[in-house]
Amino acid sequence: MKEEGFRQAFWDEPLIFELSRKGRVGYTLPKPMSDVEVSVPEGIRRRSEPELPELSEPEVVRHYTRLSQMNYGVDSGIYPLGSCTMKYNPKINEEIASHPGVAFVHPYQDERTVQGALKVMWELEQWLKEITGMDRFTLQPAAGANGEFTGVSIIRAYHEDRGETQRDEILVPDSAHGTNPASAAMAGFRVVEIPSNENGTVDIEALKAAVGERTAGLMLTNPNTLGIFEEDILEIAEVVHEAGGLLYYDGANLNALLGRVRPGDMGFDIVHLNLHKTFSTPHGGGGPGSGPVGVKDFLKDYLPVPLVSYSEERGYYLDYDVPKSIGKVKELYGNFAVLVKALTYLKMLGKDGLRMTSDVAVLNANYLTRKLKGTRGYELPYKELRKHETVFSAEPMKRETGVTAMDVAKRLLDFGMHAPTVYFPLIVHEALMIEPTESVSREDLDAYVEALKRISEEAYGNPDTVKSAPRNTAVGRVDDVLAAKKPVLSWRMYVEMKEKGEVDY
Amino acid sequence: MARHYIPNHPHIEEMLKDIELSSIDDLFSDVPEGVTSELNLPDGMSEFEVFMDMNRTLSTNRTALDMPSFLGAGTYFHHVPAHVKHLIERSEFLTSYTPYQPEISQGILQALFEYQSMMAELVGLPIVNSSMYDWGTALAEAALMVARLFRGRRKKIVVPRHMNPDRRRVLETYTRGAGLEIVEVPWSGDGTMDVEKLKEAAEGAAGVYAEVPNFFGILNGSIRDIGEVAHDAGAYFIVGVDPTVLGIVEAPGNLGADVVVGEASYFGNPMNFGGPRAGIFAIKDDRKMLRQMPGRIIGMTKDSEGRRTFVMTLQTREQHIRRAKATSNICSNEALVAIAAAIHVASLGPRGIRELGEVILKNTEYFKRRVGDVVEVPFRAVNFKDVPLRFGVPYAEVHERLLNRGMHGGYYLGHAFPELGETAMFAVTETTRREWVDKLVEALREVALRD
Repeated sequence: MKEEGFRQAFWDEPLIFELSRKGRVGYTLPKPMSDVEVSVPEGIRRRSEPELPELSEPEVVRHYTRLSQMNYGVDSGIYPLGSCTMKYNPKINEEIASHPGVAFVHPYQDERTVQGALKVMWELEQWLKEITGMDRFTLQPAAGANGEFTGVSIIRAYHEDRGETQRDEILVPDSAHGTNPASAAMAGFRVVEIPSNENGTVDIEALKAAVGERTAGLMLTNPNTLGIFEEDILEIAEVVHEAGGLLYYDGANLNALLGRVRPGDMGFDIVHLNLHKTFSTPHGGGGPGSGPVGVKDFLKDYLPVPLVSYSEERGYYLDYDVPKSIGKVKELYGNFAVLVKALTYLKMLGKDGLRMTSDVAVLNANYLTRKLKGTRGYELPYKELRKHETVFSAEPMKRETGVTAMDVAKRLLDFGMHAPTVYFPLIVHEALMIEPTESVSREDLDAYVEALKRISEEAYGNPDTVKSAPRNTAVGRVDDVLAAKKPVLSWRMYVEMKEKGEVDY
Repeated sequence: MARHYIPNHPHIEEMLKDIELSSIDDLFSDVPEGVTSELNLPDGMSEFEVFMDMNRTLSTNRTALDMPSFLGAGTYFHHVPAHVKHLIERSEFLTSYTPYQPEISQGILQALFEYQSMMAELVGLPIVNSSMYDWGTALAEAALMVARLFRGRRKKIVVPRHMNPDRRRVLETYTRGAGLEIVEVPWSGDGTMDVEKLKEAAEGAAGVYAEVPNFFGILNGSIRDIGEVAHDAGAYFIVGVDPTVLGIVEAPGNLGADVVVGEASYFGNPMNFGGPRAGIFAIKDDRKMLRQMPGRIIGMTKDSEGRRTFVMTLQTREQHIRRAKATSNICSNEALVAIAAAIHVASLGPRGIRELGEVILKNTEYFKRRVGDVVEVPFRAVNFKDVPLRFGVPYAEVHERLLNRGMHGGYYLGHAFPELGETAMFAVTETTRREWVDKLVEALREVALRD
């Protein structure tokens, strides 16, 4: 058998606490302005030093450099995590966001001294409005889920304002991201799940049966998490609106539709975007993200404060005049440095680039779908035409060989390829949710398909190869059951458990 | 223009042919007619043009580098060691996502485990999650968590009146859906929470919240008393902390806190006009509370070879599994911000964290003495970073004069706390220069004389 062609670096790297040697320091500090006498009040004075590691700067740098080498990013290779849009993060974004006019600006500065920062926010809003067909945006939410919470809070405020307090239900398709029902519940709504039909899209009859005077709104991802465009979107919008509900667009999958069709034109009243997905800002190992929320004109008075406005006399300013605002969903104005990166990207792309981005993202996903379809063990549920992502099921493979979607995911890692999202959406058993994005080459796609085909052969020939994967990553298969059964959540906990013989690692 | 980001742009036709389609439009054939429209946006620019354009815009900002600034009130100008920025820009960290596949993501997992461990040492509680969005959302989630622990029997959260108004608003917005009631306790003459009033307010509360230092920058020596009142009332004690003080101030976990929240981004991250940030969220070793905890948690375990490894754990609390019944909706967090904080803290070590606290404490005291000669300092206390100053003239005039002299004054408190009159809060850190203070005092003297 051919080599997989990949070995991740492995450093037997101790915990930083274990590298500590008494007396070493990794910092210099300025001296105080004056050596005045002052002490912390007796009752709260620190009695003992915190047990932090003691290392010199080169040792700190080596430690984290080694850790970074045991990590995989978009810059390492294909990272087709479905619904996460792991596209290339242009380096110019980082360079611009490092400008002192970003880093060294205080959020409470007089607005006359932060015209540049406010202009960035204002300009970004104009771009996002036009891309989505919305009338006003808040850039405050820190991430997609924070944006969803903002959106459903607006829905709640809107109905309350109209005296329709009985509208306490949010409808969510069964294919939705988990954050949708979680955000709705957090805002105090009851969540009603709408089943998908045999095409993998919203079951209109079920929707009609579910809407009523308690309906506050429907949260919808389009294309949905199967990568399938909700063809009946105009009818869905009509059903929800006629029932008095609002239509919420989860922008996780907007990378499929840029320059093709706008949520605002499909009947959506509120959208959230994920700048870290669609607009190329790096995911940072889990964050920071940014989740701006846009609304149609009739909802703009409910947005969080402040908004960014412009007038001839004042220039750009923080606008607190939002009469029915839901309040604040995050301190200050949002993840500003992320906003800078997204605007940089948008200016690079422009109208033409946005459209090409979605066109190729969708082409890549369909190319992969077609090439993989028919491979033994994988099944393509629902229709073939996808948008930016595709979902296969490894159900036949599991049934016939015992090899699961998780095993397939782990084995892919051996080839230096990141796994797809697995076991999601929940409506597909043994789901492999693949989103290549526009940033991969044809060779990357072919290689990914080849790897999946080889794994299929292995599953039917020598399933242990797949079940015992990965082998080429820094460590072998991780025991997450043990982790949950016996939580070791900090270095101190580890030391104590080790001393008591409660852990053997 | 996006061609240079899109490898397949020259192969579109061939690839379409390969999968038996004749045009890109075929891929969008299920999009209903009449809803597609051309975007009214400019065409893309070259990288150089974007570079110039963005630089031009951002250069119009005045920064803390070219204008001495005394702003604080929850955002502070600290120095970030150069190596911190370099390390978090390692693209294996920067361009990765949530470590769903632990075998290929040990780097980020170990770094976050170490973040949790270092924060646990600082705050004195054993369980720390791998970050919330910021201090405000961490506090809001803490309020929701303690209320859940009472299963709806208690819905009151007691907070000091003197807290950052933005943070207060986040708390209110987040807790409205759960129907929580936010009750405020006024401050007493020395600028700390009025404990007698607190006793009344705490009755039947799910949680009592206090900050170290408090919003006025005051280090309250009797914070334990607040915790005792909370506990006597059967409520949880939530402490919000600026972690840069924790080299000199006792860990809140040792002062009675059941939950600690705070802002991790004061370490390792620049101000960035207010974001990104990272909320600290820590709890005591209580399994019931752990099951209600929001956010991602990294745990240690072993791999198939028996080696020590790291993995996201206790995920059954989270939205992707529990959906509407999750402990929070949070998915993306602030991982890289947290790692930057951890690298900074690891570089400081126990001695550095103490020295940082001492330098800031001394600078604050020095600042207070200097400006105290010309302006009224309304609260007699020990301050850390923030110092409220009361002026005999409208603060707006003072602010204008300082700006005219190339300085930025403090944060005006009169909007949120009209009872304080023309008071503004000035802040210093380890970065504050003596000549800035000289310049400020000189300017303030002029304003005072004019009065």
